[in-house]
Amino acid sequence: MTEFFQHLVNGLSLGSVYALIALGYTMVYGVLQLINFAHAEVFMLGAFSGYYLASWLPAFQRGPRFLVVLSLSMAICAGIGVVIERFAYRPLRNSPRLNALITAMGVSMLIQAIGQLPFFMGPSPRFFPPLLPNRSLLSVAGVGVTTLQAVTLGSAVLLMIGLHRLVFHTRFGAAMRAVSFDGRTAGLMGIDANRVIALTFMVGSALAAAAGILVGLSYPRIEPTMGVLLGLKAFVAAVLGGIGNIRGAMVGGMTIGLVEAMAVGYGSSSYRDAVAFGILILVLVFKPSGIFGKAVVEKV
Amino acid sequence: MKARVLESWAWILAGLLLVGLASAVLPSASQSYPMYVVGLAGINVILAVSLHIVNGLTGQFSLGHAGFMAVGGYTAALFGTQAISEYKLMYISEPVSDTILFFLATLLGGAAAGLAGFFVGLPSLRLRGDYLAIVTLGFAEIIRVTIENVEILGAATGLVGIPPLTNLFWIFLWALVTVLFAKRLQESTHGRALAAIREDEIAAEAMGIDTTGYKVRAFVASSFFAGVAGALLGYYLTILTPRDFTFLKSVEVVVMVVLGGMGSISGAILAAILLTVLPEALRPLREHTGVDLRMVIYASLLLAMMLLRPRGILGRQEVWAMLRRRRKSPELEVAP
Repeated sequence: MTEFFQHLVNGLSLGSVYALIALGYTMVYGVLQLINFAHAEVFMLGAFSGYYLASWLPAFQRGPRFLVVLSLSMAICAGIGVVIERFAYRPLRNSPRLNALITAMGVSMLIQAIGQLPFFMGPSPRFFPPLLPNRSLLSVAGVGVTTLQAVTLGSAVLLMIGLHRLVFHTRFGAAMRAVSFDGRTAGLMGIDANRVIALTFMVGSALAAAAGILVGLSYPRIEPTMGVLLGLKAFVAAVLGGIGNIRGAMVGGMTIGLVEAMAVGYGSSSYRDAVAFGILILVLVFKPSGIFGKAVVEKV
Repeated sequence: MKARVLESWAWILAGLLLVGLASAVLPSASQSYPMYVVGLAGINVILAVSLHIVNGLTGQFSLGHAGFMAVGGYTAALFGTQAISEYKLMYISEPVSDTILFFLATLLGGAAAGLAGFFVGLPSLRLRGDYLAIVTLGFAEIIRVTIENVEILGAATGLVGIPPLTNLFWIFLWALVTVLFAKRLQESTHGRALAAIREDEIAAEAMGIDTTGYKVRAFVASSFFAGVAGALLGYYLTILTPRDFTFLKSVEVVVMVVLGGMGSISGAILAAILLTVLPEALRPLREHTGVDLRMVIYASLLLAMMLLRPRGILGRQEVWAMLRRRRKSPELEVAP
């Protein structure tokens, strides 16, 4: 039983990271019906900007240092997200969806390839500096929680609460939900869809950057290709929750994290990456609209 | 109508003659490096044209061609190392026996890949949208990771000792078969149904087209030829490693199809040849700077193409249709 709770703790902390990334996928899919492949790369850039910021800003000491690095790289990645949207996706707003999808793929590949060039990040992995001391925080009946796990879960939950308020309790959130519900009608109601889409990219990218920092803290090996697998799993999380649905992405992320932690704990760690893929196939076969998604009848 | 039938037979015969002639006249691939590159270009033509069936003709987006290639390549190679090197067919000479078994191996590789295509395609093609891209991407990665961990497949070091049975003749022959298959498919009722799905899936469904069935069949055919290409590659290089089937390989094939103009077989052929020769031409640059710029170039090509000329080089036109139009007096043509 102790073992089970330990896996539960690990799974929740892993799942909260997946959830943060999945939110970006799901929000962009909501407003644009586009799988933003480049999102995984924004996550990677978040980890790397954290790495560089941490090495350039030694002045800040322990506690505030983490917060400064976190907020600065969130800001940087928000900017990157907007730039990607402006130059790669906006020119294709009215072209077939397949073209937009290929463009998204191209952006993702380009960022990865450029990142691997020696004058940028280089192909070899870097090691993320320990911004926070990692020690056992508390231990109840043999179940240990480390500070990193607590910080990961805590920051993710705080960010998600913030996002929830932003989407469901502000004017911008209402505009975003309107665009996601029906972009054209939203435009007729006086909502500037381009602005809403740009802001959506901003918020999603900032969350991905936060996830990048949190991953960097717990798994210090960072490299330009780190986004691929994590991005894929986060996308599966978004599909599991029902793509386009914000609460779904949170639940989906947590579920994928928990299932993966259980699979590693009770099964074998070599099938760790197959778990998410298996879940994806199951979702596609049995309930393609996801847990919270509604089956949409397409109208002509 | 009869003239059309005759003409298509003439095409097949001409193609076969050309294949025979080319493989008889050209020096063998094991002797000269340029011929070796020609062989690789032929394999890439098979890959590009087979992916064209899914990405160009049916308008779906598969990102895991390398995965199916790996399934076919490893199946055929395993057959080669286990059967061809050990057993010979009775009553016939060794080279003939090897050739027959090799042909069986390519078919086996294709069949295995086709089967994989069925199981991957069925759940993801039932749905509209972009799930196929994600599922195929994941599938290709899983295949690669599995190969890396399975001892009998050579794990990460690769499967060695595959008999070197692929020559230019077999590559050209399979390329011809693939191109003819795609061409005839495109011009058949089946192909029209696929094009209808590409243009408007809802309308196609309303017209009574079983969209899922057609998509899955197209996907299986595409996977079959990808598997054949993988089999040919294995017997060509005599070694297969998981590094041959990375995401980069899938992307390469996608770039070929997109560059050629999604929906054009001749465009895919052209782009496949171009993208095989281009890295060879860029080799001095790579050796000089020590940086592998392939991925950057592919990605930039893809982006530039989508933003500036989404139709690709040839759009949906075919070289042979253009020739035919020029030969005939301008008359009312039914739009392809």
